[in-house]
Amino acid sequence: MPTLKEQFWDPVAGFGVTFRTMFKKVVTEQYPFDKKPTAPRFHGRHQLNRWPDGLEKCIGCELCAWACPADAIYVEGASNTEDERYSPGERYGRVYQINYLRCILCGLCIEACPTRALTMTNEYELADNNRADLIYEKQDLLAPLLPGMEQPPHPMLLGDDDGDYYRGNLRPRTAETHESEEHR
Amino acid sequence: MGLEEKLPSGVLLTTVEGVAGYFRKASFWPATFGLACCAIEMMTSGGPRYDLGRFGMEVFRASPRQADLMIVAGRVSQKMAPVLRQIYDQMPDPKWVLAMGVCASSGGMFNNYAIVQGVDHVVPVDMYLPGCPPRPEMLIDAILKLHDQVQHSKLGANRRDEISDAETGALNALPTSDMKGLLR
Repeated sequence: MPTLKEQFWDPVAGFGVTFRTMFKKVVTEQYPFDKKPTAPRFHGRHQLNRWPDGLEKCIGCELCAWACPADAIYVEGASNTEDERYSPGERYGRVYQINYLRCILCGLCIEACPTRALTMTNEYELADNNRADLIYEKQDLLAPLLPGMEQPPHPMLLGDDDGDYYRGNLRPRTAETHESEEHR
Repeated sequence: MGLEEKLPSGVLLTTVEGVAGYFRKASFWPATFGLACCAIEMMTSGGPRYDLGRFGMEVFRASPRQADLMIVAGRVSQKMAPVLRQIYDQMPDPKWVLAMGVCASSGGMFNNYAIVQGVDHVVPVDMYLPGCPPRPEMLIDAILKLHDQVQHSKLGANRRDEISDAETGALNALPTSDMKGLLR
């Protein structure tokens, strides 16, 4: 035989949670209208970075492709020449593809990258309706040209050789170098 | 010219396709097809924080007869593939498939004999969603992109033409095994 409390109070007490919740702040995020920023180190879409003069940091070493557990990255390196220079040093990544239908956004490629050419952004809206468009090419992944950057190919503007770039002996862009660019 | 000019003010005209698309996109009834960790994120999307109910699809139907959107969340094993196809066949037309996560979209990091390398080997996929697992915002973004696609889908004879065009296009397309040279 249930007690009086079990018969009358307990069924009502259960609704206490519902009742209290009415006075709480609503937790729902209005996602497409009000986008909350992700955590700053969220692993989103990749980005291929540039040096301050616009040269690419990627040297086409394929370490990211080797580190990738899902084999999502395809890189083909090629040699820089004096006339056509995309990155400081000998080599640059001519073909750079990331298959976002394989990529698990684990970040092992970022750890493997020796020049910090590959980093991750917080962008996450990647859905698409076919598989081919989700293979991102180099032009989709490259960082945008900021003010002061120049579209490669162009010679090294901030140092005499790649050693200056990697040791951080970058000279500031002076009016003189700007002028020499214009005469080039 | 036609009917538009004879109408009194305050009357809007639209197409049957537009209205049908509008109603279809606003009343998705997803079928649960949670197979792995992506299902956790799918459930979160239906929960109070992300609240798919804002788009009229919080009821995940356990019965395919009452569903028109299959969210394949997780890796599909070879043994699960016929089950998945049967569930798809049991859904009434019109129906859509959303491959959630890299495993459902392409096999992801599980490139082995046990996992179907992309659920589009088994059923036609309308939206691919990368991520491992995709956060609820990514799922909502994919659903909204699918909404847009459904809104602009065709009806009747136009739809049949669209399907036959897509089929001839796919038959005439160059097979991946015949693509030669640099992959760029």
